[in-house]
Amino acid sequence: MSMAVTPKTTSTSSRVLRYIGFVAMPLIVIVWSLIDLSLGRELVEWIPYLASGFSMNILITICAVTLGTTAGVTLGLMQLAPFWFVRLPAQIYVQIFRNAPALVLIFATTYIFPFEIVLFGNYLPFPDWVKAVIGLAILSSAYIAEITRGAVLSIPTTQWEATKGLGFSRLQALRYVILPQCVRRSLPPWMNVASSMAMGTSLASLVGVHELMHAATDASTAVRRLDFTIIAYVVVMAAFFTLCYPIARLTRRLEQRFNAG
Amino acid sequence: MTASTATETGAAIVKLEDVHLSFGQTEVLKGIDLTINKGDAVSIIGPSGSGKSTILRCINALVTPQSGKITVAGTRVDQLTKESERIQLRKRVGIVFQQYNLFPHLTVLDNIVLAPTKILGADRTATVKLARELLEKVRLSEKADAYPGQLSGGQQQRVAIARALAMKPELVLFDEVTSALDPETVGEVLWVIRDLIRDGMTSILVTHEMRFAEEISDTVVFTENGRIVDHGSPQQIFHTTDNPRIRQFVGGLSGGGRGAVRDGEGI
Repeated sequence: MSMAVTPKTTSTSSRVLRYIGFVAMPLIVIVWSLIDLSLGRELVEWIPYLASGFSMNILITICAVTLGTTAGVTLGLMQLAPFWFVRLPAQIYVQIFRNAPALVLIFATTYIFPFEIVLFGNYLPFPDWVKAVIGLAILSSAYIAEITRGAVLSIPTTQWEATKGLGFSRLQALRYVILPQCVRRSLPPWMNVASSMAMGTSLASLVGVHELMHAATDASTAVRRLDFTIIAYVVVMAAFFTLCYPIARLTRRLEQRFNAG
Repeated sequence: MTASTATETGAAIVKLEDVHLSFGQTEVLKGIDLTINKGDAVSIIGPSGSGKSTILRCINALVTPQSGKITVAGTRVDQLTKESERIQLRKRVGIVFQQYNLFPHLTVLDNIVLAPTKILGADRTATVKLARELLEKVRLSEKADAYPGQLSGGQQQRVAIARALAMKPELVLFDEVTSALDPETVGEVLWVIRDLIRDGMTSILVTHEMRFAEEISDTVVFTENGRIVDHGSPQQIFHTTDNPRIRQFVGGLSGGGRGAVRDGEGI
């Protein structure tokens, strides 16, 4: 998260970051594996297992961010509604969940929801990873609601006035004039949320979801070698870096482009 | 609706009768009576805070007065209770603001096309054609694909006028449209408005451009402290009035260089 939040770093420090992430970490893994070939053999054996775990992280991230964005934009607009019975529930929701730690939400959704649901007499399994998705989606929806609300409020009132003068209704003004301008403004903070959700997926290992952290723990328990454990977690770090760093880079580029434009 | 199409040149298109309006404790309009005929150009002049802009905002229902009758093109504006009814009115009354308020995320052409296509449901091809004609009219054809941020204030204001005209309004309100512009570009905007008035568009202008008001208006209205002090032909208001306050106001302003209309300048 902090990586993406940092407003502007010099190109030198970002080059150093990229160097550590994309070169140094894989280099450690490769060199160490070549020095001790037995370690390398173990690693090659476990890489597919780790990769299957990592695909779960990607899946959870995509689902949680998609769900969280849809719900968050809706909640953000609800917070601005002229009617209190629309506004108030959204405000309460956002205030509660925006301040909840991700781990608490993941534990809560895991234990609140049943392990299977009955739908028209059919028993459908309710897997743990879906519960983790819901937990992270709740958190991201609260953040994105605030981002949306802030973006709408940041549009000058003269824009609303102009639409009113042309005969737009409030919803038409939102749809055609206000929200399109919000997309530009809220894309960088939205990316921040996306990358922090990507990192948050590792917490799902604590409720037994088979994702990368869980896979690494499995692997190190099975192999029972200290050097393997270290290498396995270096691989985990490198994997999360490749997932989050492009998001952070893209954010920074978008920020610069919007500032320039 | 039908009443508006029936109005012919010379018939009243806007009629305000004893309009009172307050914002909280502040009384802004203290009984405004004003009749504007179709095809007329009316300038509202007067010191700041005299309620000039508020009169315009009453006419297209951006604000609702506490009492009084307002009739615009056959619609009793003061009796509109629903927002949807006010929207119907605003589609027929164009307004141009001091700060242009173009949509920064859209090109000049899309700024003009947006409201007719999305709000009136007009055909896009026909609207684009209309938009290009309007851009030619305001002498900005080559800027169709530019974004508002790339234009000067005067150019943006001319786009804003084209945007209002694209709705084919029955009358246009101009709310101090040159006040935010630097003196060099004032001329090009006034040129466009003058053209529009010559084409017979009913126009109500709140303005500080005294010589322009004198040149193009059929009627000049002088307001102060929420009341209409006097109204009449430009000749009356600017030259033959007996009212010492108007003489002082008009005299005080025409001394400055700002009020001048420079023909063709900046175009």
